Amino acid sequence: MSDITKQSLTELVENIKKKKLSSTDVTKAFIRRSEKSSELNAYITDDFTSALDKAKKFDQNPNLDLKLPGIPMAVKDLFCTKNVKTTAGSKILNNFVPTYESTVTENIWNEGAILLGKLNCDEFAMGSSNETSHFGNVQNPIDKNLVPGGSSGGSASAVAGQLTPITIGTDTGGSIRQPASFTGIVGLKPTYGSCSRYGIVAFASSLDQAGPMAQNVKDCALLQEVISTYDPKDSTSINFKRNHYSKELTKNIKGKKIGIPKEYRVDGMPKEIEDLWQKGIQYAKDCGAETIDISLPHTSYALPTYYIVAPAEASSNLARYDGVKYGYRAKGENLIDMYEKTRSEGFGAEVQRRIMIGTYVLSSGYYDAYYLKAQKVRKLIKNDFDEAYKKVDAILTPSTPSSAFKIGEKTNDPVSMYLNDIFTVPVNLAGLPGISIPAGHDTKGYPLGLQIIGKAFDEQNILNIAFAMEEKINFKNKITDWWIK
Amino acid sequence: MSIDLKTIKHISKLSRISVDEKRAEKLADDLNSIFEFIEKLNELKTDDVKPLTSIAETTLKFRSDEIKSKNIREQIIKNSPEDNEDYFVVPKVIE
Repeated sequence: MSDITKQSLTELVENIKKKKLSSTDVTKAFIRRSEKSSELNAYITDDFTSALDKAKKFDQNPNLDLKLPGIPMAVKDLFCTKNVKTTAGSKILNNFVPTYESTVTENIWNEGAILLGKLNCDEFAMGSSNETSHFGNVQNPIDKNLVPGGSSGGSASAVAGQLTPITIGTDTGGSIRQPASFTGIVGLKPTYGSCSRYGIVAFASSLDQAGPMAQNVKDCALLQEVISTYDPKDSTSINFKRNHYSKELTKNIKGKKIGIPKEYRVDGMPKEIEDLWQKGIQYAKDCGAETIDISLPHTSYALPTYYIVAPAEASSNLARYDGVKYGYRAKGENLIDMYEKTRSEGFGAEVQRRIMIGTYVLSSGYYDAYYLKAQKVRKLIKNDFDEAYKKVDAILTPSTPSSAFKIGEKTNDPVSMYLNDIFTVPVNLAGLPGISIPAGHDTKGYPLGLQIIGKAFDEQNILNIAFAMEEKINFKNKITDWWIK
Repeated sequence: MSIDLKTIKHISKLSRISVDEKRAEKLADDLNSIFEFIEKLNELKTDDVKPLTSIAETTLKFRSDEIKSKNIREQIIKNSPEDNEDYFVVPKVIE
């Protein structure tokens, strides 16, 4: 089968289970395509030799009862993988080889999947375009010189470019949903506490969540089912009854109430985004849902809140990179000098900027004015959602205020880069699940996404709405393979 | 409010990130534009709002204090930039 890499995860699983394909066939096909796709720069580290060995071993005694039987997949380089280099896109972790495995990846391998390699991302997941990676920017398979979004840019590029059938990313302020939207794929940010954070390189601990990225909603549901487990190793992991998301997936969303928040109609939003949103509302109605106008009054305060909370937590989390226990070390005249040079040479500009913001807002005399204030506003933002969910079951918004932009277009203006996450950040602040599905194209032919936000722990509901709308939207990604050598 | 070079130097010291003059100026510019954007929060009156400190609103679970990873000394030291037998080596701290 020459078109193996075009198959969805669901199709691949079925073909392996019916023995129409072997894990070796599938793994070889994705390796071959990945090797021809170096121009996308989606990988930081490949593990192809080992992947092929694992596939052959799987085929010798295949366990076809597993959920991901012999399925090869690459993952964001923010997940610690035992004995495979994990960089978080940073020079400071350039030589870091974990001696343990993250819970989320462990869950994936336990269901039979095989690691293809580690995917590029913004340094420590701080970025919206994958341009802050120490390992260079990533190309969007949609068009040359177009960013894939970020921070899970390598992940999005690899799924859209069919270098991996599925992947996992992490989402702190939109890092799964925004790149999914920019590359025409599906990305789910689960409820905070749904997926373990154990073994994920920490950025902002109260916001970080791992989640699936896939070609379609069903694949996304299957992967979510695998990665979402209660984990005592993460003190914020929550023990709730998890659905069999893929089995319980249904297109019957008749009578579901979907909120349309007026505050997401932001100044300067391109008409095509508004048009897309209106189309989305119509699709939801066509599926039998009822749409209701709602208000989330503190929406415009979400980004300023995020840019206090996330850097504050980051400055604390990244204090561990001191050049002593692991990672890069610069030479210094004394201990303090060594710390300062290590961190100055090891971190890139955006990471340094955020550490400095975080340090400042937590520093003596400024804590109340910034950090405490932000925590209070965060409460107001969460209250907005709590109020809205008294009336509706889910909320529909655009995923991003624009389609993908050119490489280099926003790198000199941090605030304009941050504005990209205006529709995704409130979801992280409130700890809710959100899914981005591809829903149309702009005039340049670039994909645009719609976001469905759910109640906490209500992943099944937003997956169902996405599943129903996906059929009506009937989106076709325009991938020309321009980068294939 | 404006962040001057002196403040940048202070934050750089607290962050343990050395910053030269040229970078300090660029950082001051960037931080000023970011803080200008953040100041929007002051429009809101929040005196009576309880801060959100944890999104999960669950109490932390207790677990028994047992050693689960034994004999992992080698693993711990494996990624160190410089070590000597069982120790991390750092620049001399005591004269």
